[in-house]
Amino acid sequence: MKILDLLQTLFWRDIQLAMRRQSDVVAVVFFFIVTVSLFPLAIGSSPTLMRAIGPGVLWVGALLSTMLSLTRVFASDFADGTLEQILLSPLPLSLIVGVKILAHWIVSGLPLIILAPLLALQFDIQAKEIGILTISLLLGTPLLCLIGGIGAALTLGIRGSGVLVAVLVLPLYIPVLIFGAGAVTASMNGMDPKGALSLLGALLVLAVAFAPIAIATSLRMALD
Amino acid sequence: MLAVNQLACHRGLSPLFTNLNFSLNSGEMIYLKGANGSGKTSLLRIIAGLSTQDFGTISWDGFDICSTREEYASHLLYIGHAPSVKEDLKVAENLMTSLRIGGVNPTDDMISEALSEVGLNKRKSLPTRVLSQGQKKRLALARLWIDHRRLWILDEPFNALDIEASKWLEGQLEKHLSRGGMVILTSHQPPNISPDKVRELSLSA
Amino acid sequence: MNFNWFLFSSPKTFYPLAGKIAPVCMFLASVLFLIGLYIALFVAPTDFQQGEAYRIIFVHVPAAWMSMWIYLVMAAWSIVGLSLNSRLSFMMAQALAPTGAIFTFLALVTGSLWGKPMWGAWWVWDARLTSELILLFLYIGHMALQSGIENVKRADRAGAIFAIVSAVNVPIIYFSVKWWNTLHQGASISMNKAPSMAMTMLIGMLIMALAFWAYSIGIALIRLRCIIGEREREAAWMIDLREDH
Repeated sequence: MKILDLLQTLFWRDIQLAMRRQSDVVAVVFFFIVTVSLFPLAIGSSPTLMRAIGPGVLWVGALLSTMLSLTRVFASDFADGTLEQILLSPLPLSLIVGVKILAHWIVSGLPLIILAPLLALQFDIQAKEIGILTISLLLGTPLLCLIGGIGAALTLGIRGSGVLVAVLVLPLYIPVLIFGAGAVTASMNGMDPKGALSLLGALLVLAVAFAPIAIATSLRMALD
Repeated sequence: MLAVNQLACHRGLSPLFTNLNFSLNSGEMIYLKGANGSGKTSLLRIIAGLSTQDFGTISWDGFDICSTREEYASHLLYIGHAPSVKEDLKVAENLMTSLRIGGVNPTDDMISEALSEVGLNKRKSLPTRVLSQGQKKRLALARLWIDHRRLWILDEPFNALDIEASKWLEGQLEKHLSRGGMVILTSHQPPNISPDKVRELSLSA
Repeated sequence: MNFNWFLFSSPKTFYPLAGKIAPVCMFLASVLFLIGLYIALFVAPTDFQQGEAYRIIFVHVPAAWMSMWIYLVMAAWSIVGLSLNSRLSFMMAQALAPTGAIFTFLALVTGSLWGKPMWGAWWVWDARLTSELILLFLYIGHMALQSGIENVKRADRAGAIFAIVSAVNVPIIYFSVKWWNTLHQGASISMNKAPSMAMTMLIGMLIMALAFWAYSIGIALIRLRCIIGEREREAAWMIDLREDH
């Protein structure tokens, strides 16, 4: 029971802190909306074109928005010294990391998942595909947060870490993007999306099992 | 009991300290002296398990701390230079979360009591952002009232404290030592503690 | 790359050894490269479908093999470095990265040069080329990470973790790109449709691969000596060495 108490404290602390800095969260959401709107403006807005690029554009938008919010996961704790105290907690650091990433996903990922169906209407995506899009984002955004967490921890406190995180993390995001957007495209072309979605699920399980360990190791290194 | 053996630490190419040996038993305090940049903070962080040393071992009750990290962490309390408080949380919330993260589960009453001890109870619902440096330091030190884990590692705890707060801190240190606790700290002036409990350790640059 | 018992050695003992091995490797590499080139240009038969242009696969395929192999070796040295805490392993990983990146780039360029006469486009989004591109991003990311961190100890370890995490991801990336290809059905173009392998072609590619391998070891050892020289600049043994020369 004591472990759960500790984890709950940390979880609610992170949520509370995010709620008190709402501008950060809102900025990420607006970035998503604006980025997605850029594509029709750049490419043209014929309905067939919109339907074709829609899933990809929404996924890229969600991916970039998630990446933007990454530096926030550990940066504030690192700057004011509370990260040291977290490292000195008697709990296993990987568990703590898992909880922090979960809180981060709820604050940064969930709003995107809620918005995506609305934006999908802009691309004339049908209801069935919107459902698949939502599932793919539900599986994919936690995955993006976990992989991104590794990048954030590795570059913690370094000058220019914003760009460096992008360089490290974007190649690793590619499979998630392929399966996530691909599931929706597959469905649109009459194929079964279950394959892509289950692959996404499998990657998520792998990430949940291993990413926290990599992140914990990187955090200890950053504070060495 | 804390035992340090042949500890060495390098920053860049030059060594900060080498072949450091000492032990710390219940009821003892080590006052770490040295010029600025002589490695006092590095040594404290190594002892706390935050940094790794370049050579040598540290053992707690006979076990190497590298292999028993979480177990070791449950016996120590480290307060570093930075006050380690979240600006966006309220004063009382900060104290509660930092104690809980350390594994201690206080009641609200205990929190109020601790805040009164350091003179912050009237401000307990204010966001920590509005506190002065000295007040933030006192908030960080309020943990000492509740968290009685055996080893206290304090980096410049007297910094930014006024006379009254310094006296309070010295009182807490004395009480901790009489309980059988251990302290290792750095400070610009020797703390006013009964000399039979204090040993000085000098790090020369 | 299998100097098993030497990896426990300090940079000090490995430095002169590397200096002796590197020239041997480079010599071997030159010899093998010339043999491979001869086979590629004169011995292997002209393919009746693809003409003479196909000969570039003698560079393209071995380069692609090396790019993948070097990444794996980098990850292996990273694992050794993290578990045994040996500085030399980290330095070896750091020495290998640029060579791996160069082979990846070479594979991409030669792939492009092959693609143009074949299919009329400078770039095709085929599974292997696209995976090579992503691999190049990973190499660049690794090098950027290591050079972006000032503290050498942290740079080594951060690079090691990234190498391990991304190496695990490479098969996942490759698989996802292949899946992506089949999904979007642009995939009638495939680099795998190389001319059916005559024995001579296979031997030629293997010899080129060995040449590249010897070259990689040689150049990595030379680079390693530079890295050791820079890191251990103030050490007594390094100062002695400089004074002797």
